[in-house]
Amino acid sequence: MGEQLKVKTMQEFMAEGKQPEILFWVGSAGSYDDRAKKISRAFVKLLNQANVDFAVLGQEESSTGDVAKRTGNEFLFQMQAMMNIELLNGYEIKRIVTCDPHSFNTLKNEYPGLGGTYDVMHHTQFLKELLDQGRLTLQGETYKGKRITFHDPCYLGRANTVYEAPREVLAKTNAELVEMKRHKTTALCCGAGGGQMFKEPEKGDMDINVLRTKDALETNPNIIATGCPYCNTMMTDGIKAHEKEDSVTVLDVAELLANSI
Amino acid sequence: MEYVPNILFAIALIVGVAYFTRNVKKLSRNIKLGKDVDVSDNKSQRWQNMARIALGQTKMVVRPVAGIMHIFVYVGFIIINIEVLEIILDGLFGTHRLFSSLGSVYNFLIGSFEILAFLVIVAVVVFWIRRNVIRLQRFIKPEMKGWPKKDGNMILYIEFVLMTLFLTMNAADSQLQQLGAEHYVQAGSFPISQFLTPLLSRMSESGLMMVERTAWWLHILGILVFLNYLYYSKHLHILLAFPNTYFGKVKPKGQLDNLQSVTNEVKLMMDPNADPFAAPTTTDVAAVPEKFGASDVMDLNWVQLLNAYTCTECGRCTSECPANQTGKKLSPRKIMMDTRDRLEEVGKNMDANKGEFVPDGKQLLDDYISREELWACTTCNACVQACPVSIDPLSIIVEMRRYLVMEQSAAPMELNNMMSNIENNGAPWPYNQMDRLNWVNE
Repeated sequence: MGEQLKVKTMQEFMAEGKQPEILFWVGSAGSYDDRAKKISRAFVKLLNQANVDFAVLGQEESSTGDVAKRTGNEFLFQMQAMMNIELLNGYEIKRIVTCDPHSFNTLKNEYPGLGGTYDVMHHTQFLKELLDQGRLTLQGETYKGKRITFHDPCYLGRANTVYEAPREVLAKTNAELVEMKRHKTTALCCGAGGGQMFKEPEKGDMDINVLRTKDALETNPNIIATGCPYCNTMMTDGIKAHEKEDSVTVLDVAELLANSI
Repeated sequence: MEYVPNILFAIALIVGVAYFTRNVKKLSRNIKLGKDVDVSDNKSQRWQNMARIALGQTKMVVRPVAGIMHIFVYVGFIIINIEVLEIILDGLFGTHRLFSSLGSVYNFLIGSFEILAFLVIVAVVVFWIRRNVIRLQRFIKPEMKGWPKKDGNMILYIEFVLMTLFLTMNAADSQLQQLGAEHYVQAGSFPISQFLTPLLSRMSESGLMMVERTAWWLHILGILVFLNYLYYSKHLHILLAFPNTYFGKVKPKGQLDNLQSVTNEVKLMMDPNADPFAAPTTTDVAAVPEKFGASDVMDLNWVQLLNAYTCTECGRCTSECPANQTGKKLSPRKIMMDTRDRLEEVGKNMDANKGEFVPDGKQLLDDYISREELWACTTCNACVQACPVSIDPLSIIVEMRRYLVMEQSAAPMELNNMMSNIENNGAPWPYNQMDRLNWVNE
């Protein structure tokens, strides 16, 4: 068990008759996946450090339904969405921040049509805001001189054209940022989207994550940074396939920042 | 007798344009087989997209070599149309170089047409080499075997021949002007065809006139043939790129539409006051769709069908596709080609059956697009990003997945497990919802 984190649920805020500054949408991966849980913890550490008054839904949170939608199950998606919207609207949530670009995309773009309109941010955007406002400061020593390459998650980059926030935030660690040949609009997918995370790939001659990790390794990095729990898993597996797990690590932007305060 | 050429020309023009109009009507009928979709929003954004992407070629130049060469052909095509207007008027009225009264402006125009014609020839040769000598990956994928390959080369040959005829015509014309031949007014400047005139220098006046007239006729007849070739080839993009970029997606790429028919049912399910045994009212009956998702072209919307006709099979989508790059069967270009081929098949079926579609036991799913292709997609939007004319192959893939899942319950087993986990415990994995906050203290 790591250090003690301060996390309050919406129920607790309600009981106190208060509204949080933001709702942290943890997402299923951030709640259950062993690797992604560390990202949730790192992000909360930063929120605590910056004294952000945030809430989580806790046991009331449920899958956004994003992956059901992308695999064709529109019924299940809309069931999940409407349940979540009922809850979020009941709590009068205005602002949502999430570490998962897939949740980010569906909450921001697909929930409004079903009656749930919120100001939705990816955690890298919110962290940039905290840094810009001076609410969060980094000592900037941990990664000084290290080479970091950022892998654009499809649902953050191409899907929602957020390319700069993660890079600007990473620059604050004083690391040397190196770009892969294919980045931003032409970034190759990690291979997890559209439900692929949950199934074996179709027959082919290579796995997508191995190919994408090859792109990353060509920059000769110390660290591959991601902003998505699924990309994180895929790139971590890719590093193992290339037998580079001893020299290269895969970390979320939130983790890199949490290690820099 | 002196009006014979004028009459022949008028007939050729009428036949050419009439046949083209007939095919345009067919094209429009086929596109309208698609479901209605509201595209009345974001008008100014849509005009901007058309101006930027189609007119301004902004997405073509992402790949500089092909992009710049394409601009030569594109500008050549548009500008040389002014010359075609003169040719048509000359043909109808029996005049020669009707616009020559424009004087120095005319000389400038003809000169620039010649330079453009030359640049078109250069580009066409480069394109041919890329397809047939260098054999770029994206031009030799499995879906490009047979007709698509021939079609691609055929277009290049036609363009090469048309431009050569145009320059030959000018070369003979300028030579005739120098000889002071009757009817051949002193007009135009010939920066490119002057290099061809030495080849004609020993010809007699009547011989030159023969060459000039032959080139003139073949050039304009060639254009009429090419106009009618469009409908049968991938080359329709020269017309459809404009509406297609206008009607293309204006929402964020990550946003999929929410099916309204599903919303109605889900709302009913979640409404505690709804009577599940109530007889459906007439409005409800109208609201229930015959089918969720798409298994055939008629289930897609008309913009998706317009997309299919607009695709010129350049393969940028496929070359950016992560599934395709790693050897999977999925190729976004093939999704578009299959959609068009099936739509054409449906159209021919209707032509043969007095405008009514008679079920032929075939559909887009399985007969054209396999499930293996559909399930290989990561929905990463690389294909959508890559398309220079705003085609959205991903929307068709998702629509067909919807059919597989909601009508056939035919998702791969692992995905069915994932979905039942979401249904049962609100997460794609089999974990207890009560444990959602455990990460805080781990």
